[in-house]
Amino acid sequence: MTSREDILQRLRNRRDGELPMPELDYGSMTGRDWSAAQKLDLFQAMIETVHGEVHRATDEEWLDTLAGILKQRQARNLLTPLKHPIGAEIRASGHPDLPELLSYGEPVEHWQRELFNDVDAAITSTRGAIAETGSLILWPGIDEPRLMSLVPPIHIAVLEADQIFATFLEAMELQRWSAGMPTNALLISGPSKTADIEQTLAYGVHGPKELIVIVRQ
Amino acid sequence: MNQHNPTASQVQSFHPRAREALQNDQLRGNFRRAMDGLMGKRKAAFEGWDLESLRTLGAAVRQRALARLPDLLEQLESQLTSNGIQVHWATDADEACRIIRDICVAREARTVIKGKSMVSEEMELNHYLEAEGIEALESDLGEYIVQMAEQTPSHIIMPAIHMNTDEISELLHRKTGTDRSHDVNYLTASARQQLREKFMNADVGVSGVNFAVAETGTLCLVENEGNGRMTTTVPPCHIAVTGIEKVVPSLADVAPLLALLTRSATGQHLTTYFNMISRPRQPGEPDGPEAVHLVLVDNGRSGIYQDDELIDTLRCIRCGACMNHCPVYTRVGGHVYGTTYPGPIGSILMPHLLGLDETRHMPTASSLCGACGEVCPVKIPIPDLLVRLRRESVDGDSVHPGVVKGHGVKRGRWESLAWRGWQWMHANPGLYRTGTRMAARFRALQPASAGAWTRVRTAPRLAPKTLHQLMKQRADSNSSDNGGSR
Ligand code: SF4
Repeated sequence: MTSREDILQRLRNRRDGELPMPELDYGSMTGRDWSAAQKLDLFQAMIETVHGEVHRATDEEWLDTLAGILKQRQARNLLTPLKHPIGAEIRASGHPDLPELLSYGEPVEHWQRELFNDVDAAITSTRGAIAETGSLILWPGIDEPRLMSLVPPIHIAVLEADQIFATFLEAMELQRWSAGMPTNALLISGPSKTADIEQTLAYGVHGPKELIVIVRQ
Repeated sequence: MNQHNPTASQVQSFHPRAREALQNDQLRGNFRRAMDGLMGKRKAAFEGWDLESLRTLGAAVRQRALARLPDLLEQLESQLTSNGIQVHWATDADEACRIIRDICVAREARTVIKGKSMVSEEMELNHYLEAEGIEALESDLGEYIVQMAEQTPSHIIMPAIHMNTDEISELLHRKTGTDRSHDVNYLTASARQQLREKFMNADVGVSGVNFAVAETGTLCLVENEGNGRMTTTVPPCHIAVTGIEKVVPSLADVAPLLALLTRSATGQHLTTYFNMISRPRQPGEPDGPEAVHLVLVDNGRSGIYQDDELIDTLRCIRCGACMNHCPVYTRVGGHVYGTTYPGPIGSILMPHLLGLDETRHMPTASSLCGACGEVCPVKIPIPDLLVRLRRESVDGDSVHPGVVKGHGVKRGRWESLAWRGWQWMHANPGLYRTGTRMAARFRALQPASAGAWTRVRTAPRLAPKTLHQLMKQRADSNSSDNGGSR
């Protein structure tokens, strides 16, 4: 008998018989009927408590905001998506204060060392955010690969203000996640951190030191 | 069961180790501070929540998953397989280690980088791989420190909590040449640099799993550092290992468990990263592992599953809250227990993994104060289970005979004879009266010391008269006082 059959058989022939199926009451997790403004405020407050930085900008001013953020940090370059509208907009803008724009055009194996050592900042879109926990939703993929939001020391995420959900549960339901999950789905709440050395918080232990959210209103 | 499990003597020297730990002010200070902090943060994180309802929901979600466990495991397997993730089954720790070794050998892998996984600690995977000539390096900062110190984690969430900054700085200096420093940011940055090199060169990444979703074939990982994302993204092959009990039916089940897990563990509303993996790298995707495996580990769990009372142990989501709130754990720390999982969860889980003979001290390493059961996010009745295991270790009774491996290990001939006598006496009123009267009469002969019990307490003394005699006296005097008044 294989281990698989062995384990399944032991589980199926349970000595004490069938197990009960208690009812589920989701009452404690639902009923957050916050307005759009409340959700934005809560999202911002929550992500700021975990060291995230939030800038609100209109569609017209967001590129200036972005350029300002990068200039202040003296970023030498910005890893930018090729196809997503935010990438296209950045590339088309020719904004004088933007640093060199890089793209993740080829498999990571071809430029891993460069990505790990020479990229200062990356910008990605988001699929929305969660107000209750101050979390960004990302579905990395071909245009915005997984390491973009992980390896460079600065991660800038662009969030559309009308895409903020009350809870994770609500986001999964409204976006119909169970109909098909991507290779990788992520919730990101703040920059990478650790408290493993005597409970002292330190940022950027493996991932970005800084997480900056530009909310487009 | 497993060649590299801790030896019996290691596990059983609980008492001498506890005494030593209690005298170590440094260690006690480290734990006290950390645990006070974690308790406070947990409380704050649940502010405004109807915590009782949420815990009830969490418990029900886990119960429903366990009720359908074999079906869910099959559904998970078929969903993962159709997503391109290979599924393996291991009945014990050795088989799980062998499966991982075989995957490594087939890929000619020499180096493995690891994200935090308590199941892999349970399997002692690192030792196994190293004996096979494969380097296994921990990448969670706490685990990295503990591995460098050649120790084991002292807490399931904060592995290096027993060390302070000085000790860690000295260790990093000795092992990696990092300059000595009190600056945690500096120490962290230097570890980041060293580990990034390792990530780039690793052939395989090994991670744990917090929840496995059957409906979509999704592996969920909770973490703060990003090392879990690195481990599951950078090396060309990712192997996830998990206990068979971690499967849940659907994505909707994940939400309440996640809400409970991170708040109970560290008082975070959510960890920095919640990483959900459903596939290996797809055509056109420029990063991610080309191969993903899941190893489902039984290692004693299907045994726990058989019993209507013990099965509650399998609800555990490994948050560590029971440890943080345990008056025993917070005073002696994790190493005293000598097992992979310490504290209350360890005491109800390890006897099943190692047998009661090797873990006989664990069910009694508790004052049964009930704090663990009160904070457990999935309402595991931990104190009841501790009592059950105490009963198991003296071989249960006529209603519930012992079933756990090593049951009856503490049953002594004299003790069971004494209880047999006690039972006989209580079933015979005449014998009972004579016995208690004799005991009262000869109470001067009662020894003043009763072993461990009287080391920190005065011995209770027998009264000159039995309760029966006192009650009878009172009844007699009452009837003479009130005689004929009604
Ligand atoms: S037993 Fe309960 S409190 Fe303890 S680790 Fe498991 S889920 Fe957390």
